[in-house]
Amino acid sequence: MQTTVDLMRARLAALEPESLEIADESARHAGHEGAKGGGGHYRLSIVSARFRGLSPVARHRIIYQALGELMHQRVHALSITALSPDEI
Amino acid sequence: MDIQAQIREQVGSHPVVLYMKGTPQFPQCGFSASAAQILKACGVQEFFSVNVLENPEIREGVKQYSNWPTIPQLYIKGQFVGGSDIMRELYQSGELQKLLAESKAA
Repeated sequence: MQTTVDLMRARLAALEPESLEIADESARHAGHEGAKGGGGHYRLSIVSARFRGLSPVARHRIIYQALGELMHQRVHALSITALSPDEI
Repeated sequence: MDIQAQIREQVGSHPVVLYMKGTPQFPQCGFSASAAQILKACGVQEFFSVNVLENPEIREGVKQYSNWPTIPQLYIKGQFVGGSDIMRELYQSGELQKLLAESKAA
């Protein structure tokens, strides 16, 4: 079975990332009030030329768009670090 | 008043609005806790906060309002600023303090 991380990775491939790391931190948040209703907590670090010249909000929007309905179903919380190649 | 109009009214009538899970004193999510802490670190003593766990319609409505899928969400002078990661980035670069200072001047 594909994990949520696999699914996220597949979607984010559309951004042609130079590097992509996704950590599943769900276990650290299990059972807290905000996590009711299911969905995991993930931490994403992504480097893509697509982010060049874009504000943080615009970068996050591109990522949310790529993830599509995963954001509403399998992902409860996502911490994002989005850099362009010249920022690393 | 429908939910979108209610949110527009909230963000329009308060200079700083934070939609969060829980309250600044008792946040119920790590990201919301961090967002409230960043505002305090910027010297904002009081801000208008909305506990979305008490209002499921606002919880979904604010996601549509900003076209942003997660909570917390910060608004300054009616403008959507971002969630907790962006707040941290803007705080570290000093931009958040600038935005907040401008909101007071107006």
